[in-house]
Amino acid sequence: MSLSTPAEGTTSRLLPARPVPEDLDAHLAGFGPRPTVEPGAMIDALERSGLRGRGGADFPTGVKWRAVTEEAQHGGGAVVVANAAECEPASFKDRFLLTYRPHLVLDGLEHAAEALGARRVVIYTTRSHSDVEAALRAAIRERRRRDDSDRFVEVLVGPNRYVAGEETALIARVSGHLAKPKMVPPRPFQSGVDRLPTLVQNVETLAHAALIARFGASWFRSVGTERSPGTALLTVSGAVRTPGVLEAACDTTIAAIVDRAGGVDEAPAAVLLGGYFGRWVAADRIWNRTIDADSLRSVGGSLGTGVLVVVPATTCGITETDRVLTYLAGQSAGQCGPCHAGLPAIAETFHKVATGRARPAALELLTRWSNDVSGRGACRHPDGAVLFLTSAMEVFAADLRHHLKQGECRFSGRPSLLPIPAVEAGWW
Amino acid sequence: MVRVRLRVDPIKCKAHGMCGELFPERIRMDDWGYPVIESRPLPDDLLEHALRAVADCPRAALRLDPIDEPGARVRPDDAD
Repeated sequence: MSLSTPAEGTTSRLLPARPVPEDLDAHLAGFGPRPTVEPGAMIDALERSGLRGRGGADFPTGVKWRAVTEEAQHGGGAVVVANAAECEPASFKDRFLLTYRPHLVLDGLEHAAEALGARRVVIYTTRSHSDVEAALRAAIRERRRRDDSDRFVEVLVGPNRYVAGEETALIARVSGHLAKPKMVPPRPFQSGVDRLPTLVQNVETLAHAALIARFGASWFRSVGTERSPGTALLTVSGAVRTPGVLEAACDTTIAAIVDRAGGVDEAPAAVLLGGYFGRWVAADRIWNRTIDADSLRSVGGSLGTGVLVVVPATTCGITETDRVLTYLAGQSAGQCGPCHAGLPAIAETFHKVATGRARPAALELLTRWSNDVSGRGACRHPDGAVLFLTSAMEVFAADLRHHLKQGECRFSGRPSLLPIPAVEAGWW
Repeated sequence: MVRVRLRVDPIKCKAHGMCGELFPERIRMDDWGYPVIESRPLPDDLLEHALRAVADCPRAALRLDPIDEPGARVRPDDAD
């Protein structure tokens, strides 16, 4: 068997060529054994690679690993948590990756545990993703049978709540508390799980790290842009012929991505970018833009968790926004007043607008309240919810006026394009 | 002189409204009774009022935070 580095420019890195879950044998046949990389060299490689977190924050991965390492030197050790919560309802990419390539993620997790000298290693997922939990447990068993490593990787399952995958909420749950966000600072790298310096890393990011450990930083940079190197997993849905998860270099245009998802089956009106904490953008403003951070920032957005929902003109953006906003308001952890009191007030008022039962002054109220609650929670849940709302009010401005005057439009009754998960009661 | 600014811990805050009464120069109340705090650095002549608001918060949710000097190196503090 001969193994070679995938050619520079390869954009199919994380996902297998065929949609068949890879067991450990298949993984080793394709990638070879996980190399041993000295901690300093691993973090250097990550920094040179320019890899950024794929859980939504887009923060430089190498900087994060180094910060945890430095904090851990004060004694006590570090904790590493792979974040497989994927609480974003329109995102499937983490589950997809864990189903087909669990061992690449586990390799990345091992690299993180080694580089940081972790004393506790956890994968955190969500109760509703029971298939993922099963795939992970099976993969871990396979490795334990094969490996001489006796590292214990815990699988921990949290509630299916929108904010339960947020870093500080996840840390609370792993520390044995309810999965509710906490005030920062201290940041996780300073004081996380059981007050130890903690690395929380999205599972896609860990898979990229595993490839960087094998093939190097410059290989990683051979696709994408200077600021957004590499590839990204995307969940493409809405008015595309073959919705699903795909992988694209970070300098790919939205148009090319939609083509790979089978093209549009109706004329697109808008794209939801990033997820439910993301932003609506008019289709013609974004269609020929690339998905790298600089490009998306120029339309006020970000790739977030890699969600792209193409909304056709025959879907009512106001009704979709109304449903999601009501869901998000119900997902507040109820800890911070501006979120707990503000989001339901905003959602109720917007619902009145969407159903033609509001006075025109309601729009000004929504704008003022949106400004008021943004930035005022312990976590960014209120910020995300109001970005979703205010960008909808911008992009669907004409529809908004119609709804204000006449209530629901002829497309309001169509089935929901954006998925709304069943609301779970507990926080454990 | 360390520059400081006022911050509220929104998890601790339960909208008693004391701070808005004591320090209206920098704190207003939103429509639900929770404080909206200007995050600009506090000048010396406002420090006394700010300290009184901090001391009298019944939930001990208000605090004065030092403002980091600009140019500090990138840390995960910026990630969110």
